[in-house]
Amino acid sequence: MSSGPDVKSSKPLLKVEDLVVRYPIASGKLFATNRFFKAVNGVSFDLNRGEVLGLVGESGCGKSTLARTLLRLVEPSVGKIYFNGENLVGLSPKILRKTRQKMQMIFQDPLASLNPRMTVGTIIAEPLGVYHNNLGRDEISQRVGTMMERVGLSPSQINRYPHQFSGGQCQRIGIARALILQPDLVICDEPVSALDVSVQAQIINLLADLQRAMGLSLLFISHDLSIVKQISDRVMVMYLGKIIEINQADALYRVPKHPYTQALIQAIPIPDPKRSGDRPHDIVMGELPSPLNPPTACMFHPRCPIATAQCRQEVPALKVSGDSGRGSVACHLA
Amino acid sequence: MFLSRTKNNLGDLENFSPIDSRSLWQDAWRRLLKNKAAVVSGFLLLCFVFLIVFGPMFSAHQYDELDFESISSPPDLSGHLFGTDGLGRDLFVRTLMGGRISLAIGLIATLVSLVIGVSYGAIAGYLGGKIDAMMMRFVDILYALPFMFFVILLTVVFGRSIVLMFIAIGAVNWLDMARIVRGQTLGLKQKEFVEAARTCGVTPFGIIFRHIVPNLLGFISAYVTLTIPQVILVESFLSFLGLGVQEPETSWGALVNQGTQEMGTAPWSLIFPAVFLTVTLFCFNFIGDGLRDALDPKDHR
Amino acid sequence: MTLLSVQNLNIFFDLPEARVRAVENLNFSVRSGEILGIVGESGSGKTQAVLSILGLLASNGYSEGSVRFEDRELLNADERELNKIRGAKIAMIFQDPMASLNPYLRIRTQMIEVLVRHLGMNSKDALQRAIDVLDRVKIAGARSRIHAYPHEFSGGMRQRVMIAMALLCNPRLIIADEPTTALDVTVQAQILVLLRELTREANVSILLVTHDLGVVAEICDHVLVMYAGRMMEYAGVNEIFEHPYHPYTQALLRSIPRIDHEKNEKLRVIPGNPPDLLHKPKGCPFSVRCERCFDRCTTHPLEEKQMKGARRVACHLDPT
Repeated sequence: MSSGPDVKSSKPLLKVEDLVVRYPIASGKLFATNRFFKAVNGVSFDLNRGEVLGLVGESGCGKSTLARTLLRLVEPSVGKIYFNGENLVGLSPKILRKTRQKMQMIFQDPLASLNPRMTVGTIIAEPLGVYHNNLGRDEISQRVGTMMERVGLSPSQINRYPHQFSGGQCQRIGIARALILQPDLVICDEPVSALDVSVQAQIINLLADLQRAMGLSLLFISHDLSIVKQISDRVMVMYLGKIIEINQADALYRVPKHPYTQALIQAIPIPDPKRSGDRPHDIVMGELPSPLNPPTACMFHPRCPIATAQCRQEVPALKVSGDSGRGSVACHLA
Repeated sequence: MFLSRTKNNLGDLENFSPIDSRSLWQDAWRRLLKNKAAVVSGFLLLCFVFLIVFGPMFSAHQYDELDFESISSPPDLSGHLFGTDGLGRDLFVRTLMGGRISLAIGLIATLVSLVIGVSYGAIAGYLGGKIDAMMMRFVDILYALPFMFFVILLTVVFGRSIVLMFIAIGAVNWLDMARIVRGQTLGLKQKEFVEAARTCGVTPFGIIFRHIVPNLLGFISAYVTLTIPQVILVESFLSFLGLGVQEPETSWGALVNQGTQEMGTAPWSLIFPAVFLTVTLFCFNFIGDGLRDALDPKDHR
Repeated sequence: MTLLSVQNLNIFFDLPEARVRAVENLNFSVRSGEILGIVGESGSGKTQAVLSILGLLASNGYSEGSVRFEDRELLNADERELNKIRGAKIAMIFQDPMASLNPYLRIRTQMIEVLVRHLGMNSKDALQRAIDVLDRVKIAGARSRIHAYPHEFSGGMRQRVMIAMALLCNPRLIIADEPTTALDVTVQAQILVLLRELTREANVSILLVTHDLGVVAEICDHVLVMYAGRMMEYAGVNEIFEHPYHPYTQALLRSIPRIDHEKNEKLRVIPGNPPDLLHKPKGCPFSVRCERCFDRCTTHPLEEKQMKGARRVACHLDPT
């Protein structure tokens, strides 16, 4: 949001350095697992206080793995994750739990992210029970009620079960649970992609409102560039485990530097028949290569319409791109 | 100020139709009550339990009392309701007393295997990795022990007793439970609500017993109702082979065993215990099937 | 020329709680060579409506009304009649191609089987024809790829194989149910181009079911907007997007974030949630969420009104 940049202090809230997540590939042989698949392959970025950072990419690019690694739901193989100046990698589970209460997550499938055997009240109150177990019953139910109102649910529904709510309402419950500890950072993993079109806007607006009102930082992950544009201050684009472009949202959408970003933006169908007729379609060929056997050098080169010999030989570094000084791009030709 | 901003989000409060808060359990219960076979079985089973618990108190005979006046006498409404066996013991009381032991073994051995199996399987499945591998290899090793050999060994060393039956059957039954629960846990572990609990800082212990086990209960309760008859059957089998309960104590299995020997002369000594055994097994199986259908998550809309 | 004409289509489902009406008095027609888009959210009945055309409703569902294809009545026609049409005159493409391809059979086997069964070709001609069709959907190296198994294709390629299967018998109509929803945007763009080309070159009509208004704008000629089992609005694609008439269409178009718009304002939200079939509001199903709702909307049943041109609208507001 536009108010984002002036809230932020000089130190980033979250600083990720050279993060790698590797999974062994089952080779078929019983004991040989010497090949690895890098779901996240050397990712570095900063997330400032009060900022909304969008993360876009196609399925299989590693964006969900990245999100889960930041919360250490998935263990990173290499790299550092500084949250509030403290490196989360290597912390013992006990200390991690204490540090992590300021980081929360909102999930893609609203119903699946709620325990079907618990009432809404129990679900939302669960984090309170973990971190503030000295709170009284009344205090807890009062806080839960307030939070339910804030996310647009009626506190009278506190004793219902998740399956009695619609998808949009379940997502509101998920948001309430994530916010009840008043976190600094909320990671939203495709929070609206499982929702009906007419409900998506409600949730996007709700997240934007809460972000502003509570001074949250958001990492907003989506495959839908239009939604990311709506909510983000800055946007990162991920391709096969790497960040290939990162920039201020308006700059990234106005002048995408990386050919892949350009292709993504151009491929989005626009709900306006006049405008969709005249734009080029065939700019990007083929599909995402298998992440088990990624291309060498620039990973995008097999699909890139302007690839040169250099692209097939050298790995492009993510470097600051000329004019604005704020965006970075990993392309030899940008 | 905050509320006014989200006012348009509150829009959906109004068109929320009043629905009672119904848990999945209540839903399942409702579906179970619609299943006639399960309801009838449940009722029958309750009658049996009632009879088995209170029946012997009102009988004029004791289960170990020998009546030399009427050896192998046929059923008779005024005297021995189910007749007597070759030693002149009243079969009505013996069948009910046998039912006590059979059902007790069925329930207790299942309960033991339930507690051990569920905890073991859920812990192995949730923790995963090396711990899981080690725990499950241990299960595999126990599996590899031949059951009959194991039981015979126990009876040879410790002599025949009911307690031994509990141990022998429980020791084998929890293995199945642990394996099945582990498999289910592996599936549940991937669910987003478990991830959500982890992000909220819930400890592994808390996740296993607050999030995973409650979601397994439906599945487990169906499995348990199918395990009880299986255990009863195993006990009967062991008693039939003469490895089970000691005379004059008896169980349905032991009674059936005795009945087969006297089948030619006194068929009633086979028929009554066999009917009780079979009907009980049927009832448990019908209830188990009903529970499984009622709790099947695929049915939920 | 009208290829498919659906009149007064009603679809019911027997649920444990009650009987519900999933589609209510639906009318539409598809002309030859046209792409008609049916847009709606989950539960709008769009998928059920097209499934009923080929008699593919689930066993607890049944349909009333009339579905005429060419000059035959399809609704509640017997299975043998329908089987002659399924796959031959009307083909279907689903969201998940993997679910409709047999993973244990080579693509070749599956394609040849269709040709042998429907057109009575011998297997040599059938193989040639299958390769030609794979070429047509731009699968590179069709001659060797045809021997592969479905899992050896990527998601977009699988969807191309599905389209090729659909084209095998030169159908007049292809019913595509969310054909690009499972695909990445870059691949989606490729598939949409392909579908558009097919209608031009092969003179095939497409009935496209989707929830994505962008996809509709991209390739459709006419659009049918559905909500809670009812047609809300039907018009040409330009009219729908330039002058949406129905408050639902208007609200929907305003509420979706757009990449070609500057992000300076908040999205206009449609309050509430789509109704579930068991608790449908009286009168207009959208009335409870509609900002222009007045008393008549909640009491009187909806009626379709013919407007200027081809446009039809179901709304109580005065057509001004």
